[in-house]
Amino acid sequence: MAINPLLPRLQTKQTDDVMPSGAENLVKALLEEGVDTVFGYPGGAVLPIYDALFDHPKIRHVLVRHEQAAVHAAEGYARSTGRPGVALVTSGPGATNTVTGITDALMDSIPVVVITGQVPTHLIGTDAFQECDTVGITRHCSKHNYLVKEPAALASTVKSAFRIATTGRPGPVVIDIPKDVQVEDVPYEQGGRMHGGYNPQVKGDLSAIETAVDMLAAAERPILYVGGGTINSGPGAAQLVAEVQRMCDAPVTATLMGLGAFPASHDAWLGMLGMHGTYEANMAMNQCDVMLCIGARYDDRVTGRVDAFSPASKKIHIDIDRSSINKNIRVDLGIVGDVGHVLEDLTRIWRSRGLKRPSHEEWWNRIKGWRAKGSLDFDQPDSGEILPQHAIRRLYEMTRAKSPIITTEVGQHQMWAAQHFGFDKPNKWLTSGGLGTMGYGLPAAIGAQLGNPNALVIDIAGEASIQMNIQELATAVQFNLPVKVFVLNNEYMGMVRQWQDLTYSGRRAHSYSDALPDFVKLAEAYGWKGIRVEDVGALDGAIEDMMETQGPVFVDCHVAKVENCFPMIPSGAAHTEMILHANEVIGAVEKDAEALV
Amino acid sequence: MMNSPIARPHTLAITVDNEPGALARIVGMFSARGYNIESLSVADISERHDVSRITVVTSGDDHTVEQIKAQLERLIPVHRVSDLTAEGGHVEREFALVKVRGTGEDRLEAMRLADIYRARVVDATMESFVFEITGSTDKVDQFVDLMRQIGLVEIGKSGVVAISRGAEAS
Ligand SMILES: Cc1ncc(C[n+]2csc(CCOP(=O)(O)OP(=O)(O)O)c2C)c(N)n1
Ligand SMILES: [Mg+2]
Repeated sequence: MAINPLLPRLQTKQTDDVMPSGAENLVKALLEEGVDTVFGYPGGAVLPIYDALFDHPKIRHVLVRHEQAAVHAAEGYARSTGRPGVALVTSGPGATNTVTGITDALMDSIPVVVITGQVPTHLIGTDAFQECDTVGITRHCSKHNYLVKEPAALASTVKSAFRIATTGRPGPVVIDIPKDVQVEDVPYEQGGRMHGGYNPQVKGDLSAIETAVDMLAAAERPILYVGGGTINSGPGAAQLVAEVQRMCDAPVTATLMGLGAFPASHDAWLGMLGMHGTYEANMAMNQCDVMLCIGARYDDRVTGRVDAFSPASKKIHIDIDRSSINKNIRVDLGIVGDVGHVLEDLTRIWRSRGLKRPSHEEWWNRIKGWRAKGSLDFDQPDSGEILPQHAIRRLYEMTRAKSPIITTEVGQHQMWAAQHFGFDKPNKWLTSGGLGTMGYGLPAAIGAQLGNPNALVIDIAGEASIQMNIQELATAVQFNLPVKVFVLNNEYMGMVRQWQDLTYSGRRAHSYSDALPDFVKLAEAYGWKGIRVEDVGALDGAIEDMMETQGPVFVDCHVAKVENCFPMIPSGAAHTEMILHANEVIGAVEKDAEALV
Repeated sequence: MMNSPIARPHTLAITVDNEPGALARIVGMFSARGYNIESLSVADISERHDVSRITVVTSGDDHTVEQIKAQLERLIPVHRVSDLTAEGGHVEREFALVKVRGTGEDRLEAMRLADIYRARVVDATMESFVFEITGSTDKVDQFVDLMRQIGLVEIGKSGVVAISRGAEAS
């Protein structure tokens, strides 16, 4: 039969070969891991895998428009579903484009598996076309990585990769697969277990947990400091946090990564802590006598000046990663283990001792005093320009009944969202915390929407950040994803401008968002609905319109241009040195403070 | 274990899967986190060639070294990390090949010193020797310093290898 070479061959591939190819083994191994979605971008070095995935009945391939976005989408999928995300890209530029996403997933402990194509094994090391040392480049920004040189090792490598990505402290794992390994026919074999030394500890040491119970029972001013490890531990862990709170009558604060692990609508909720945390959260951290840190890592955004951090407290730290314990802050009691497992033991021991629920009235009175400062208050005038805080508040109030999934970009809008949007459940707040990656929010929202088709998913964005992965507007259209983008457009890289105003006497070097596109027209060009809102009187109507529209909507919300995000603990300052209002700003700092990030 | 806030050398024995990239991961962890490596040696040690032992001499106060240990242990191919310095009695040896050029009195002096340091001659010409020496790092360094005054040409050193005393594995 003559085949017209100009016509695409549409026949389905013969699959009754006796032996599967490496690519087919890969797909089978992915299926065994329960993978249903792969975010990817094709290229020469992954053609065999693309062929094996073509029209696959069980695995949906989502074509992104940039490989960085494939990884962020996989992260968004993972964080919102609790299942690992998968990205598939070609060699060379495809692989290097994933580096930011991989690093992001490492910093925030997100389980993703990134599959990269590689030049055939005999060309490795020859500077072949689109060759790069993917395992070399990603070695220190992944939890682990593999170059698969033996076709027979492929399936067991995939199995190990998923195990490593999802267990212990989760993280990204890269599998680099040369093209010849994808092509060669070998029997499907999962082989033995790899990595005899890898055995994450999930159960905490019981005697340490007994001691933790003693300390909590004796506390007069306890506090729970909750981080992303609680969310990674699963929804059960968040419930246990609530139980611990009830047991010991403690106020609760959380890191940026931990938002949603404790209900924001609860009376005991103090709000987020740290650099842009509430006054009450930071003061309570400073003044507590027993601090129970649950799956957080004493990050510098949280501690401020280390030697002034909560000086009088006894500190208990639960973390699945032993290296997080005593890394930045010395603690009195470290418990290595999974948050859910440790808290289960802790609550069980507490109950078995028949301990009564203490009442820390005096402590709560002090907290009431700090709360009265109203550190998140703002004054939105009835007409005219929209304050960004007000826009977030209205977005929260108008959408909360739908329990939306919120993603963000990076900057002031992110911090305002963290401060003013309340989360009652885990897995609803997806933000780039550790790496602070502008361009994270839109692809993450796409991933979250794919994993949660019926959810309302909103990317709260800045006009600068959104342009870093704006091309993903097309992905949402192609896959009929009703994602919403809500831009707080202040015409500035607001967070940069804020720092310049606070520490460089207002010299705003290159932080103005010049030559902005008309976002409504841009959205429309991609097939989105675009809404522009400038007056506070029209805000609610715009949010309503956004929610009532079935498909994707881009809201370009123009807000006050030079509003600053407070409260703020300047870098290297103590929790007690918090700036609450704009009028406390000096405008310049000492030389050594200039070096701090 | 003593808890010393003073920086001092610690000898770590690390057993790892013998796989490509394992050494790069370990060395990269040290450089990425700003820890230093004063000496490093690696060799395959298992019958099935699947496990290597890496000996690293680093320095830091006890807290820093604890952190180094924890960071090493979270690398996937790492099986075990023993801080031989903290764990007590252990034996440390270094091996060096030292090439010295010289004639006449220098040559005799080199031989005399080699004898004192129990270095063995493994190669000789009319105007040179290659000595083999084994011992503590201090002893090897002292020998090399002396040879420098006579006519040191080149040295090859193994880096420190170490093992705990007694019947148990470290
Ligand atoms: C990829 C990347 N580049 C640079 C930065 C540094 N940075 C942090 S916030 C910010 C400005 C963000 O501006 P915008 O998205 O408009 O948000 P806003 O602060 O105005 O709300 C910049 C440039 C970053 N976080 N990520
Ligand atoms: Mg902006």
